[in-house]
Order: sequence, then structure tokens, then C-alpha cells
Amino acid sequence: MTVTAKIDVKNQDISESIRKLLEDILKTEIIQAILVSQHLPMKKMVMPTLVTDPDHLDGIDPLAPAFPVNAATIAARLTRKPIGEKIAAVLRPCEIRAFIELVKLNQAKRGNIILISVDCPGAFQNKDYLKFAGQNPKEATLRFYKKVMDGNAVEVEGVELATACKACEYPVSENADIQIGLYGMKTDESILVKAQTEAGDHILKQINLSATNEPAARQTAINSLITKRSSFRDEMFLKTTETTNSLEKISSFFASCVNCYNCRVACPVCYCKECVFVTDAFNHDSFQYISWAKKKGIIKMPTDTLFYHLTRLTHMSTACVGCGQCSNACPNDIPIMELFRTIAHVTQKAFDYQAGKSIEQKPPLSIFCKDEFQEVVGIND
Amino acid sequence: MSEFEPTIVAFFCNWCTFTAADLAGTSRLSYPPNIKIIRVMCTGMVDPQYIIKAFLEGADGVLVSGCHPGDCHYINGNYKARRRIKLLKEILPQFGFDSKRLRLTWIGASDGIRLAEIMRTLVSQIKELGPSQSKLSMVI
Ligand code: SF4
Ligand code: SF4
Ligand code: FES
Repeated sequence: MTVTAKIDVKNQDISESIRKLLEDILKTEIIQAILVSQHLPMKKMVMPTLVTDPDHLDGIDPLAPAFPVNAATIAARLTRKPIGEKIAAVLRPCEIRAFIELVKLNQAKRGNIILISVDCPGAFQNKDYLKFAGQNPKEATLRFYKKVMDGNAVEVEGVELATACKACEYPVSENADIQIGLYGMKTDESILVKAQTEAGDHILKQINLSATNEPAARQTAINSLITKRSSFRDEMFLKTTETTNSLEKISSFFASCVNCYNCRVACPVCYCKECVFVTDAFNHDSFQYISWAKKKGIIKMPTDTLFYHLTRLTHMSTACVGCGQCSNACPNDIPIMELFRTIAHVTQKAFDYQAGKSIEQKPPLSIFCKDEFQEVVGIND
Repeated sequence: MSEFEPTIVAFFCNWCTFTAADLAGTSRLSYPPNIKIIRVMCTGMVDPQYIIKAFLEGADGVLVSGCHPGDCHYINGNYKARRRIKLLKEILPQFGFDSKRLRLTWIGASDGIRLAEIMRTLVSQIKELGPSQSKLSMVI
């Protein structure tokens, strides 16, 4: 029997209950370090921290509606090479999905890390979070989560959830070793903790927990949230297609792009070590620009904007997990996530692939079969 | 008004389709001059990026052609190419590019006659589609 247990919540402080669990996990001595988000002492921003001393878990705030980076890349960095010790990471479901993509791309290793995920209530865009958090961010988190946890609110005190979160149909991670459940729980009293893998079970068995059964209300709550999110997502797909379905429209979609490439830096699954767009191949000779301009009479500078985005779509859309970090990183508020998810939905469907779903499903462009896709060969149709 | 003459960029693998194009030339088989051939070692090295670049630069059509399945000189480059063409045929139409503007064929080294035929058909198909939108509007 794998462990399913409940953890008591006192004074409505869920963060404290999670802190206590992480402390216990760190004290098992199976785990030497935990990657978890917390408030930095110097500023109220929430950032991933790597904690080895249980006393340094005080500032953790895994439910804070802040999502400054997709920590899959950080978890990848921590697992790429064996370190002889085991670590745990508290990640959002979309971070775990991105991590799984990175494992398949040989940029991360699954074996040395215990993935812990808390049911995700969503998050704000970076700028919005700082406004919302104010002077007492931990208290702000409690206000936030109480409002959104019933699954219906997408706005708290006038601040809206990031579009990526509103459209996310994966609020609960299937691939975490240990899942911390909030949906469908009476979170004033207790939250759920359950092992989803042998490795997770092994750890939870070392800890003193009171066993429980997963309440039926939990699956109902999750399902209804997924339905709601999916319909928002489908509407987003339609709207995005409507505004991008010709060269003219996609050009106007990206008209304010300044080729800063922040979107690919922020993207957890943009996997190239060196992006071709920052190599000398795109450091064109001066005469080249003039000759391009002469050919058409006018070119937009910097050049290669659409070229960049379309190339990125072909290279990574099959791995896009819809985390929204690209939109978060854009200095010009271009809704990139909307476009990337829309296209990703099409390409992932074409290859019968779901990014981040399982380690076994091979990335579409890393494999081929002899007798497939005959319909794209030839000149008749 | 003069008739629209499309520009078609063709990526031919060195070992099969390019050899066929050579053969067509030496056998004095005629095919339209609209096709700009780029010789590559294998269709498996055609990054989707090259095709996107061609379209954004105003190509009205792109043809990728290589060895028949099983004949690729690098064992499986053409299978990989087929997946990438599949991918592009999903993505490009999302931005209004007709999927018929992108073609993949297998033309063996001795298939000069078929090559000339395919080129003629392709040119007339693209003529029917008219100029690509990248010729008509500004590409950023
Ligand atoms: S493209 Fe955007 S939404 Fe998709 S994985 Fe990358 S950062 Fe996340
Ligand atoms: S972050 Fe925004 S401005 Fe920068 S390259 Fe991406 S889309 Fe363009
Ligand atoms: S060598 Fe011709 S397709 Fe690979």
C-alpha cells in the first residue's frame, strides 16, 4: 500500500503545514537538499532556493502566486551529473512537465530527484505579483489561495491570474513522486499528502503521518476545474488563430518584438545550448542589410523577427508545456504563450504526443517509423 | 500583365534527386527554370529553418526531394525529413501558407524523366495558387 495521509492545518496556515512536511523529509536523511520557493530576505520576491538546513525553511511560500522562473531548468542543472546525494524539489505541475521533457532530451536525470508537487492554484505575472504581495507577502498568499482554491476565481483583489494559468488543464501533477493535495480538501482542517511512486512512498514511510483516504470530493473538484480551464483554453486557441492566421496578421502580432530573445531564455524547453539566432550566422554583414533593403525597397530592423519565432515553433512546440514564462519575460507584452500553446496543440496532436506526460513517450522529432505520414509525400492532393 | 512566374526553392539530396536532375540536364529533358536547386548531402540535413527562410524570403513553393525510403545514403535521413515536413505542414498553414506550397518527393538517381515531369506539374500547381503572401506583404 502506498502512503496516503493527511496533514493537519493550524490557524489556516497551509504553508506552515507544508514547511513541517518538508522539514520531516529533509530530516529523513534520504534527502540531502530541497529545492523550494521562498521569500528572499532582501526583497519580498519569491525565488527558488536550495535548502540543506531545515532551519532555513522558514521563508518558504510554495503557494505564493509568483512564478518568476520555470524551475525545471534549475532542477535539470541539479541532476545533470550524479552528485552521490539525493535531492527533492517542490515544483509546480508545469515545471514537472518541463522537467520530464528535459529528461527526455538528456538534459536532466530523473533518478536522483524526488519531485514533490503541490496542487497548483495558478500565479500572477511577475509585475502583478509584486503589486499584490505588498508589505506582508505571506499573508497575501493566504488571501490569494483562499479566494482561488474553490476553483472559480481567476482574479483576486483586482489582479488577474496569468493567462497561462487560466488556460492550464494540468493543475495537479501526475508525475510527482509525492503529491500534496489541496483541491477537494477541507483545507482549514487538513491537506492531503500521497505517494505516487515507489521512491515517494519510501520517503513518506519514514515519516510519522496519519493515514487517510482520498476524499471523493477531490477528484470531482479537480475534474470541474479542468473542464473550466479547458474551455477557457479552447476559446484562447480560437481567438489566437483568428489574430494570427495570415502572414499579415502574424506580422502585426509580433510588430513590437525587439528580438531580445528573452522568451527563449525564459522557456524551460528551448533546449539548444547555443541558439542559432545569437550566433554569427545572424550577425549579418553590413552590405547584406542594404542588399535586402534594395530588393524590397524597405525592410524592418532588426531583421529576422518572424524567422526567429517560426523557427522556435518548429524546434520546440512539440515540447511546449504552456507554462507562460515566455509571456512573463516579454518586455513588450506580446502574448507569446497564447501563440505557442495554440501551435503546440496542433503539432502535439499531429504526432499524438503530450508534452511532459510521460518519460516513455519519445519526443516526436527524435524518432521515426518506416511506414508513417505517407500523405505528406508526393505532389498530388 | 505578364504571367506570374513562381519561384520554387528545391532542396535536392546529392545522391539521388540531384543526380536525377543532372541526368535530366545531360539527357536534354526540359523543365521550367522556376526551380532554384540547392544541393544538400541528404534530405535529413534540411532543418525546418531553411524552409521557413525560403518562404519568408518570398519563395512561392519549396520542394524537398531525396532518395526513396530504404535508399538514403545515410540510412534514415529521409525518414527524419518526412517527420519535419509533416511538422511544417501542420505549422505553416496556421499562418496562411497553403500546405500545397511545400512538397516532399522521393526521386531516384536514374529517374530523370520523372523529375522533369514532377517539376513541370509543380510549377503549374504553384502558378494556380498564385504568388505567396510573403511576396505581397512586408515580412518583419
Ligand atoms: S513556449 Fe512559453 S509556454 Fe511554452 S514551454 Fe516555453 S515558456 Fe512555457
Ligand atoms: S521576449 Fe518579446 S520582444 Fe523579446 S524576442 Fe520574445 S517576443 Fe520579442
Ligand atoms: S542521401 Fe538521399 S535522402 Fe539521405
